[in-house]
This record gives sequence, structure tokens and C-alpha cells, in this order.
Amino acid sequence: MTTPSGTVGADHSASTAGRSRTRETLVAWSFALPFLLLFGVFMAGPIAAALVTSFTDLRVTDIRNPLSVDFVGLANYLDVLGDARFQKAAANTTVFVLVGVPLTMALGLAAAVGVNQGVVRFRTIFRVGFYLPVVTSIVAIAVVWRLLLGSEAGLVNAILAGFGVDGPGWLSDERYALWSIIFMAAWRNLGFLMVIFLAGLQTIPGDLYEAAEVDGAGRWQRFQRITLPLMRPTLLFGAVITGIGYVQFFEEPFVMTEGGPLNSTLSLALYAYDQFSFGNYGYTASIAFILFIAIAMLTLIQFRLLRPAT
Amino acid sequence: MSTLAPTHGDAPTKNNARGDRGGWWIYILLVIGIILLVGPFIWMVLGSIKTTGELRQVPPTWLPENPTLNNYAELFDRLSFVRYFFNSAIVAIAVTAGNVIFCSMLGYALAKLTFPGKRILFAVVLGTLMVPAIVTFMPLFVLVANLNLVNTHAGLILPFLVGAFGVFLMRQFIGGIPDELLDAARVDGAGEHYIFWRIVMPLCGPAIATLTILTFLGSWNSFLWPLVVANTEDMYTLPVAIALFATGQQETNVALLMAGSVVVILPVLIIFIFLQRYFTQGIAMTGIK
Repeated sequence: MTTPSGTVGADHSASTAGRSRTRETLVAWSFALPFLLLFGVFMAGPIAAALVTSFTDLRVTDIRNPLSVDFVGLANYLDVLGDARFQKAAANTTVFVLVGVPLTMALGLAAAVGVNQGVVRFRTIFRVGFYLPVVTSIVAIAVVWRLLLGSEAGLVNAILAGFGVDGPGWLSDERYALWSIIFMAAWRNLGFLMVIFLAGLQTIPGDLYEAAEVDGAGRWQRFQRITLPLMRPTLLFGAVITGIGYVQFFEEPFVMTEGGPLNSTLSLALYAYDQFSFGNYGYTASIAFILFIAIAMLTLIQFRLLRPAT
Repeated sequence: MSTLAPTHGDAPTKNNARGDRGGWWIYILLVIGIILLVGPFIWMVLGSIKTTGELRQVPPTWLPENPTLNNYAELFDRLSFVRYFFNSAIVAIAVTAGNVIFCSMLGYALAKLTFPGKRILFAVVLGTLMVPAIVTFMPLFVLVANLNLVNTHAGLILPFLVGAFGVFLMRQFIGGIPDELLDAARVDGAGEHYIFWRIVMPLCGPAIATLTILTFLGSWNSFLWPLVVANTEDMYTLPVAIALFATGQQETNVALLMAGSVVVILPVLIIFIFLQRYFTQGIAMTGIK
């Protein structure tokens, strides 16, 4: 709504523009108001409350008058950082992110390239099939996977037994539990990345490949020299989204192992939730904020990587 | 708005036709992949018509020896699965409606109106996408407890009525609607609210469809919040019921859990198969920009 500023009656049009700008501001805020009320009460307010709580000794017993608690400074943060369970959870989360993100990315990219290049018919079936785990409730997935990975009557070990291999307790042995959870997360999320990558692949012009083929580039070379560089922004977007999700990994261990055996699948988010259920709210908040800082840093690093490409 | 076009339809494009030759091994790898991804679901469906005894057999059976629908009958007769289904649906519908309406309104203001504080507002809303859910979890619980909303539908719905993702999606889409269209209506004397409801919203079909599906799905599958807020059986949602049965008195009744899982997945699966275009479109809309 820019008013053309003519020479005739410039004063008049300026004051009209001023009035209409105030009006537009009021109208705009009337559109924003319902969202902002709910957002303030149920998102921004709780974030601020969590930050304040992380410096207090709030417990579940104070729930009816949360304002009467004492400030303890950085005590929660110092306690958390010195806690052996926290350190274990941080180590597990790091492994989960460092192994899980590249694994999921690689599988998602392989599936996307495969569907894009090899599949002409039944494309929908592949897309629905690969995406099915993404849209399924983790609770239902846990029911099935606990059975699949069971050490006695589990299907995976039954198949392994067919090859003469004696499979371990995938979820009950501390040496395998975290790897089983990582594999499960990759299984569950690769379809999401596949869809993102498929959309990215479609933006690469086919003539590029044809030209490369004429020049004698093989399939692998074409992938390395054309697909990967041109997919860079898409790949990094996928890495950011998957990274933010995986740093907070919670659901898989919560429903499958409850963090065990011997804390081998305990994640930071699960550790924070544990403290919540014990009623240590101040402690919970400080863990949650450490997690937030980790996510912010990871995102910042990834955006730095993203920038030069765009 | 070029990204909004269904970029990956089923029609073979030039790109695909080229890759087709000599690609039989790709097919084989993909088929192995899809078996690994879909196999557990098929096993779940087969398991839901087995008896628990058969499911505990070593070695496990593939096809049910004595197929039975008893598990499903038990879900609906003895356990109140109708009630859980109803709770899940109420919560998901309310949360979805809230997100579609309120996020679209803010999205319109951010995309098409000028006002002081606009950039900061958008940055703050978007910034909350980075905040892990566990940060707000505890304060939300304290808040809902003090509002006496524990174990109510309102307690399950209110905290999720709006979200940053919806604002981002709707702002992106509405930004692509030509200004001339809105200006023409303004010249005719239409107010901004009229323009929003009568012109902008009807043009937002694809974006609304995407937001509806993703929000509904997120709400339908969410279980941690309802697990904490729903204390009595009449307030359970489907995932809560299954999560509690899986660790509670029904723990050993694996066949029943399988049937329950099928009931959780089925509506989602139906929605997904019919509207899958919007899932992929939505991801392309937000991701490829």
C-alpha cells in the first residue's frame, strides 16, 4: 500500500499515509493477537519460567506456589555437570548424533537417488513404503521392535539362527542397546530425508547428467561431481533438521529401554525427564537449558556451513 | 511459488527415463530396503491376528496358525478403545483447527502487512523452533496444574494450539500470493479481515492441507504430554493407552498390544495414502527454498 507521492497535495497524501499506517499497524496486531496470547502463555512464558527455575531449588512439592522458592545461583548447573549420569547421558547423546545423523543421511540419500534414477513405475509404492515409519506412532513401533529384537522369541535372532549365528540380546545387552536404538532411529527417519532429498534431486537438470555421460563420466563420477555439489544446500538442510531432532533423542529409549541397561541408552532429554518425574524441577530446567545451548551451537555451526553455498 | 507445484508426480520425467537403463540392481536394493522398512508393519498386522501363545513361540511363526479376531474384539469390548480413539480424535482436531486458524492469521500479517516489530516478532517465533520440547515441559505442567486443567481435554489441547512451524509455512505460502489481487480488493473497499477470510484463505488450499496433515499427525502420535496430563482411564489417548498397557497389566499380552498398535496406525495410514502428495509437498515447501 504505497501511496504515489505526487507534487500536488503532497501534505495531504502524507497525512493520509500516516493515518493509514497506524490503521495498518492496528489491523496487523489484531491478526497477531490470538496467536500471541496463546504463544505467550504456553510457549514464551514457559521458556522464561524454565530459565528462571534453573537457578532455583523448585521441587514438585512447591507446585502450588512456585514463586516462593529460593535462588541457588548456578548450583543446579554445577551439580548437573558433575553428575556421572549426566556425563553418561551426554556421551550417549554425542554418539547418537555423530553416528545417527550421517547414517540416516546416507540411507536417505541412497533411497532418494535410487528411487529417482531407477524407479519409473510403482514410484508411489516406494515413497509410501519408505515414509510409513515416519508417520507411525513411536508407541506402536516400540511394540513391534521389542518383539523383533527380543533375545529369545525375536524375529531378528530367529533369522540369524537360520544362518547359524547366535544373536545377542539387542536391547538387554549394554554393548548393543545404543547401537540398536541408533539403527532403529535411522530406520524410522530415513524416509523423511528421502522425501527432502527427492525434492532436491528433481531440481537438478537432466541435461547435466547427459552432458557428463557424453564426456564419459561413470555413474559414480556423475554422483560425486554433479549430484553431491548441487545437493549441498538440501543436504545441509537435512543435516540441520536431523541434528536438531537427534540431539533431543528421547522417544526411542523412553519406550524401548527406559535408558537401560546400565544407562547405556540414557539420553540428555531422557535424563531431564527422569529428574522431572523425581520432582527435581530446578534440576530438570538446568539440564533442559544445557540441551538448548547444545542445539543452538550445533545449529549455528551448521548454518555457518550452509552460508557459502547459497 | 514454483516449489508448490507437485514436483514429483508419478509421470516419468526425462531425468527418470534416462536413469532407467541398466538399473535393475537399483530395483533389487530398493526392494530389499522396502522389505526392511515395511516388513515390521506386516509382521505387526499378522501378529494382531495370532494368539499370544503363538507370538511367544520359539522359533516365531510367519503366518498365523489359527487366525483370530479376538484381540480386536477384546480391545473394543473389554478395554475402552472407543473412548481412547474419541479422546485422540478430539484433541487432534482441536489442535489442528487452532494451528490452521491462528498461524494463518499471523502468517498473513507477517507476509502482507507492514507494522513496527514485524521482523523481531518473526525472529522470536521462529527461534522457538530450536527450543527443545523438554524446556517447556516442566513449566507447562506447573501451569496446567495451577489452572486445574490436569486430566481435562483443555489441558491436553491448550498448550499446542499454536506453533512456530505453522507460522513459517503459512507466511511462506501467503507471501507468494500476488499483491495486485489484494490491492484490487482494497480498492473495492474490502477490509483486511474480509480479504484474509474470503480471498487469502481460499487460495491457501495446499498449504492448509499440509499444515492440517502434519499437525493432526503430530497430535495423534504425541504421547509424553498426554501420558503426564491424563491420569484416569477416561482421559487416555490411544498412544497413552498402548504405552501404559505395554508396561502395565497387559505387558505379557503381546497379541493385544499388536492389535492396539494396528488401531493407532490405521487412521494415519489411510490419511497418508490418500493425501501423501501434501506430505511431500509440505516438506518441499519448507525445505527447498
